Amino acid sequence: MGSDINGVGVIWLFMMLFGIFLGLLNGNVDKVVQAGMEGAAKAVELCFGFIGIYSMWLGLMKIAERSGLIKALSKKMGGVLAFLFPGVPKDHPAMGAMAMNMAANMLGLGNAATPFGVKAMEHLQDLNRDKRRATDAMCMFLVINASSVQLIPATVIAMRSSAGSANPSEIVGTTLIATICSTTVGIILAKVLQRWL
Amino acid sequence: MAIINIISRYALPLFISVILIYGHMKGVDVYSTFIEGAKDGLTTAIRIMPYLVAMFVAIAMFRTSGAMDIFIFTLTPLAKAVGIPTEVLPLIIMRPISGMASLGILAELFNTYGADSLVGRVASTAMGSSETIFYTLSIYFGSVGIKDIRYTLIAALIAEITGFLVAVAICTFMFG
Repeated sequence: MGSDINGVGVIWLFMMLFGIFLGLLNGNVDKVVQAGMEGAAKAVELCFGFIGIYSMWLGLMKIAERSGLIKALSKKMGGVLAFLFPGVPKDHPAMGAMAMNMAANMLGLGNAATPFGVKAMEHLQDLNRDKRRATDAMCMFLVINASSVQLIPATVIAMRSSAGSANPSEIVGTTLIATICSTTVGIILAKVLQRWL
Repeated sequence: MAIINIISRYALPLFISVILIYGHMKGVDVYSTFIEGAKDGLTTAIRIMPYLVAMFVAIAMFRTSGAMDIFIFTLTPLAKAVGIPTEVLPLIIMRPISGMASLGILAELFNTYGADSLVGRVASTAMGSSETIFYTLSIYFGSVGIKDIRYTLIAALIAEITGFLVAVAICTFMFG
């Protein structure tokens, strides 16, 4: 415990204990614990499904890497990448993996974005001197990832359409504006906070 | 808006085709290169498994215990004060924690209020413009063993809340 507990750890601990505590109060603590175990099983099930999807995307990524496509992509995004991640050398593989992750995220390919993102984190970790502490680049990369850069919310559109909406895609414009605002705020916050925290 | 449907339908096949055709044109042995890269799929999926399990267990226990209701009850006056429709509150609370649970809440909102109601539109915009923060952070940081995530959670949460507030404002302005 101690310094190992960061924001996510605190919230996790709170959710676990608060859940059990409320279960005891309501007299359904057995159901709460049962749900926890079912959740664990579901997570593993999901991971087994991910093995196939991740293998597919990492296979395609290897092709894109070897053909120079990733390099071309990170060159295209060069200015943006250099602004966001000044601590990462221009031609470092981390840049390519982050460019792929962001491209997949923009297109709404969440399943592809995760393996690219994990690869990017591995490359960023190579550049990291203190392996336990996140670098500025890692924090920026994750703030962007956590604030959604998806251009077209395909899942929401599909759900609206099946809910009988007269115009399922009318929320694309509003969504884009909200996304741009949240991502901009995230980037500014990361740039400012990295000086002190 | 037909263009949007076309893009969301063809993004995936286009993405894959570009990688394959470009690779082939540049003389890459696409098949064996694919195999080489695909070998990492297993380790990547296994590496994130413990983090996924931790998240899923906590979310399941938290939801089943009825803790959500307490949260909604406590946050309702705050939501009212800043103009967030209280119907959307469960979605906003669940969104950073669980993608699947928030999709379920979104479906319920469509069912109760209709996808074309203001609630439905605000919920759609809020859902589409946000991300599952805790899941993203725990998987990415966990996969490389980072313990000290510094300001990432705070920055991500403030960014997400900004997105929600903008979603309410812009939908009220455009559809309200």
